[in-house]
Amino acid sequence: MSIPLVWIVAAFAACLAVAVMTRGTRGAVRGLGRAALAGAGALGAWLLVDGVIIHGLAADPDIAQLAWGQMAGRMIAQFWPVWAALALTFALSLAYRRRLGLYGKLFGSSIGMIGFALVMFWIFTALFADLIATHDAIAQVSGMRNAPPGTPLPDPGARYEFFLLGGDAQARDVFSRMVMGARDVLAIAPAATAFAFMVGITLGLPAGYYGGRFDTALTFVSNLVLAFPVILLFYLLVTPDIVATGLPMWMAAVLFLFPVIFLSVLWNSRYFTHPLRRNIYVGLTLVIGLWIYSGLAFNADPLGVWGMSPNMLNVFVAVVFVNAPTVFRIVRGLTLDIKSRDYVAAGQTRGERPSYLMLWEILPNARGPLIVDFCLRIGYTTILLGTLGFFGLGVSPESPDWGSTINQGRQLLTVYPHAALTPAIALMSLVLGLNLLADGLREESLRD
Amino acid sequence: MLSFVIRRLATLLVTALCLTFLVFLLTNMQPRLETLAKTQGSARMSDAEVQSWLVREGFDRPIIERYGEWLGVVPGWTREQTDGTMRGRCIDRVADPAEADTRCGVLQGYWGSSTRFQAEVGDVIAARLGATGMLMLWVVIVMVPSALAVGVLAGMREGSRTDRSLSTVSIVSAATPEYVSGVIFIALFASSTFGISPLLREWGLMEANILFLGNARSAMDQITFWNFALPVMTIAFYGMGYIARMTRASMAEVMTQQYIRTARLKGVSFPAVVLRHALRNALIAPFTVIMLQFPWLLNGVVIVEVLFSYPGFGWALVEGASNNDIELLLACSVVAVVVVLITQLISDIGYVYLNPRIRIS
Repeated sequence: MSIPLVWIVAAFAACLAVAVMTRGTRGAVRGLGRAALAGAGALGAWLLVDGVIIHGLAADPDIAQLAWGQMAGRMIAQFWPVWAALALTFALSLAYRRRLGLYGKLFGSSIGMIGFALVMFWIFTALFADLIATHDAIAQVSGMRNAPPGTPLPDPGARYEFFLLGGDAQARDVFSRMVMGARDVLAIAPAATAFAFMVGITLGLPAGYYGGRFDTALTFVSNLVLAFPVILLFYLLVTPDIVATGLPMWMAAVLFLFPVIFLSVLWNSRYFTHPLRRNIYVGLTLVIGLWIYSGLAFNADPLGVWGMSPNMLNVFVAVVFVNAPTVFRIVRGLTLDIKSRDYVAAGQTRGERPSYLMLWEILPNARGPLIVDFCLRIGYTTILLGTLGFFGLGVSPESPDWGSTINQGRQLLTVYPHAALTPAIALMSLVLGLNLLADGLREESLRD
Repeated sequence: MLSFVIRRLATLLVTALCLTFLVFLLTNMQPRLETLAKTQGSARMSDAEVQSWLVREGFDRPIIERYGEWLGVVPGWTREQTDGTMRGRCIDRVADPAEADTRCGVLQGYWGSSTRFQAEVGDVIAARLGATGMLMLWVVIVMVPSALAVGVLAGMREGSRTDRSLSTVSIVSAATPEYVSGVIFIALFASSTFGISPLLREWGLMEANILFLGNARSAMDQITFWNFALPVMTIAFYGMGYIARMTRASMAEVMTQQYIRTARLKGVSFPAVVLRHALRNALIAPFTVIMLQFPWLLNGVVIVEVLFSYPGFGWALVEGASNNDIELLLACSVVAVVVVLITQLISDIGYVYLNPRIRIS
């Protein structure tokens, strides 16, 4: 435990040194202090809520239960790679914020910084999950069923001596499941949101730009999907029966084609006048894109690098399918607004082709609202994934993702709340971080 | 205006047709029908028995034809059984086969029969919608005034300390989906060993074992503060954040207008300016948001009804979906589509009345 602490202190010292050299003592101290305060505040609030609620559990005096302070200390120590990475990220970003564009400006608003810290906390947790987790997330330890937080293992051996946040109804470590669950959530949510954006942009730009029948038809379809109650749609799309019919695969075949189309058209319209460059970029996009496409959609990657389990694909496709129509509507609205601007008319007069106008004149000018919505939408996708887990759809019951864990924990909620509360608070803090980040980005992008 | 409403209603009809056809397709896929046969018959049926069950219940004919039967534009199926009695879509629901209509579907007012609840879908949906209606009513009563109050208080002095703290509250509430806030509320208020209840009992402030009930089934008989507070709070909390933030933005924009400054300069007090001059104009934008929030409420209702086992519409939907109850799901999707599109229509029309600068063509 002492080694990680030394690392954290060293990392902080190094960051402070870098910041002092580049920005002068006062600015660096103020910036770092603010960041540290925000992080400590968030952590404190979390521990407080967690602590107050589960307080009644630590009752048995015979076993060497951990006290709340000890448990918090052990957890903070367990998260040491995250603290080190966070400190490094913040120090570097604060030091070079003036050269980092919109990302740098984020560090001017405290809301944006708190949001960024929360999001990065979970991203680093997902990255270093193997280092942080104290136990195997799906291994059952006998005698630890519904154990209260801080219970020592009866026969630890080489394992970590405590269940820091207790055990669940199947005698698995709640803390490790929360940490590993971050990996599950963060593997799907941003990627699914990115795919939904590719689909929405590829369809929304031409719909707004050309209008007419094409627009009417697409708008009708998107309204149709939006009128569907999300949970009914999930029940219809994300079940083992549906995997057997092959429907998710065909939906994936359609939806996953859009990123390839988007990137090819993007390069083609930009480098149309430089055939050599154009051919290289489009060729590379097609080769790499279709390679990934074959792996993800049909599980037929010849090299076996890309692939998704049928269940995962099913969840992924359903989430993209639910998100894409909203993105489509936003992009279409922005396109309708921007296409009446003078610089688009100037482009048309210069003889720029529609694809260039859409992708290199209109899209870059719509980026502000789109980036903000991207952050919000990752949060919403996280909520959707949780909903899927809550109804026990799509993922295997063993999976440590937060939604399923909440679902399993709610059976004994009034007796052993720690098993459901831990993932619930984790999910909430991630979504809150994304919302705060979006708020900060919106504020900063409105400023110029 | 009239032509606008008629056009919207036509869109509603087309959307409902497309949506129900999609649901029909998805629920009638072969693996699903086999699951249905096994849940209705017995779990150990052989493949041949499953096939004969499907034929006996009329699932063996083309999908378009059966969709037409559900709509009531195609005559219902009839078939003579091996024992000489007649069976059919329309015959099964009446005592005497001779009295049965040839067509029985939605157009004739028959919504089919629910395999899960063993009752007519129309009755099931009506009863469940009534229960959900009560829940929704209380949610709206709690959510809308509190969201508007938070938004107006935050937006009337942009950047003040009140604004900052209230905005934080609304961001937090918008980041807490129902299954998270529900779990937290139950742990805090509805457990006899943790949270607030044991503390209150210790201090002698409370007689009962728990502050609120974590299960709303008893609210079917009688709604009390004790059994209904948690489900209502859970839904209202998530919906509140978004409305409050929209109200705040709209209020902040109105407060920068010239006529507000004029009113302040001629000596009208700040509360009077907010209440008489700003409020009305600031409430136009949130009105749309509130109306468009209803379809989202429906979503929250499903989660909350499952979490608190309150047998309403959302609970029926989940029960139907997990048992592949085809006709119940069709009726549920019709209800959902009507709710979504009618609220859109009301929000558009209401917007015109509230804001005379906008014309609908």
